[in-house]
Amino acid sequence: MKKTEIEFTLNGKKKKVEVKPSDLLINLIREELYLTGTKYACGIGECGACTVLLDGEPVLSCLTLAITVAGKEITTIEGLAQDEELHPLQRAFLEQGAVQCGFCTPGMILTATALLKEKPQATEEEIRDYMRGNLCRCTGYVQIIKAIKSCTTGGEN
Amino acid sequence: MSTSRLLTQEFEYFAPHTLKEALDLLYKYKDEEVKILAGGTDLLVKMKTLDMKIDYLINLKEIPELKAVETNNQGLKIGATVPLSQLERREIIKEKYPALYEGIKSMAAIAIRNMATLPGNICNASPAGDTIPPLMVYEAQLRIVSKEGERLVPVEDFLRGVGETIIRKEELVSQVIIPAPPSNSGSAFSKKSRVKADIAKINLAIWLEREGKTCKDARIVLGSVFIKALRAKRAEGLLKGEMVSKELLTQVARQAAEEIKPIDDVRSTAEYRTTLARVMVEDTLKLAWERAGGELEG
Repeated sequence: MKKTEIEFTLNGKKKKVEVKPSDLLINLIREELYLTGTKYACGIGECGACTVLLDGEPVLSCLTLAITVAGKEITTIEGLAQDEELHPLQRAFLEQGAVQCGFCTPGMILTATALLKEKPQATEEEIRDYMRGNLCRCTGYVQIIKAIKSCTTGGEN
Repeated sequence: MSTSRLLTQEFEYFAPHTLKEALDLLYKYKDEEVKILAGGTDLLVKMKTLDMKIDYLINLKEIPELKAVETNNQGLKIGATVPLSQLERREIIKEKYPALYEGIKSMAAIAIRNMATLPGNICNASPAGDTIPPLMVYEAQLRIVSKEGERLVPVEDFLRGVGETIIRKEELVSQVIIPAPPSNSGSAFSKKSRVKADIAKINLAIWLEREGKTCKDARIVLGSVFIKALRAKRAEGLLKGEMVSKELLTQVARQAAEEIKPIDDVRSTAEYRTTLARVMVEDTLKLAWERAGGELEG
């Protein structure tokens, strides 16, 4: 099948790439553009490890065709830090010990950025509900919830 | 061999910018294997896990008129590619269509709801589709369009069985139309699943219209208990025109549990579903009645 050239914005930078209609966004990001922060795990929309932001909203890159993001803006975990300065959520995850093996972390943090944008004062219950599609097999979630809560307005813990 | 890491199908891709273009394509390729892409959360999973042949894929997400939500006194018109998360954020859905709001909120997780659409959930025609019982109790209709014209079909008549609908290959669902419920009505949704993001063992929606202490009209729809969402019509009949009391609601719930035809499957057993149905219908009836402004004595 012939390739089509598409242009989209990845972490603030314009990218021009050639894709086949069947290419998945996750594979474009990881294997063509070498940003391996986005993780492949279940491949069927159950785990959230492949979460990226599409025009600011969390979506699953394992269920997104690369060709459909033409003209759109994609943010991956590599796009959150400003130069050497980590995003507050990245710092909070480190401080709270919310990272063990780290595999779920990129998806967790990207989903949490959208949560904080939508609900800056999110309660613990709201955080748990919003994060329910991002699975972690190490931490038991407690530190992850704490880290996110610490980034809400007026919520240290 | 199937893999979830990539798609093994090779197909031609179209992203039309007008509905007309999309319908022309559907018509042109109606004898080939054509699939419509909206959210992709069911389609891509099927493409990965089933041996699915596909020649042409038509992406509807670049068509502006399908992204619109129209609201007026008559009700709501929801464009085919509006993501579910946009619906759950609308006050009007939360206030006037709480069963739909609760159904959507119960589904999967935010990333999926940012992608998935109402017509996708309906056309996938899973007996467990969470938006189907709410849409049925609100008597929603689907605008089905093709190059040759359009027709309006109630969701109830659209579904035929597991994965089966009445849609023809040259047609697509362009809009979901939900009439405005009368002010003295109330509705609610309920679902039981293993964990919150799971597919339902059983789901249901109830809509009641109140006149004083009497139930003027009722619709009770259960999912995951038959080959498609099922209306408990005899249970509805017990309610219509009757004075509402706790005893009556218990009786109605018992009747609804008798009407369903569940099976044993990976998610639950028929026996458990029948027991659950009775309890869930009773609780949801009470909630819908309260939301209709009704009181319960005794």
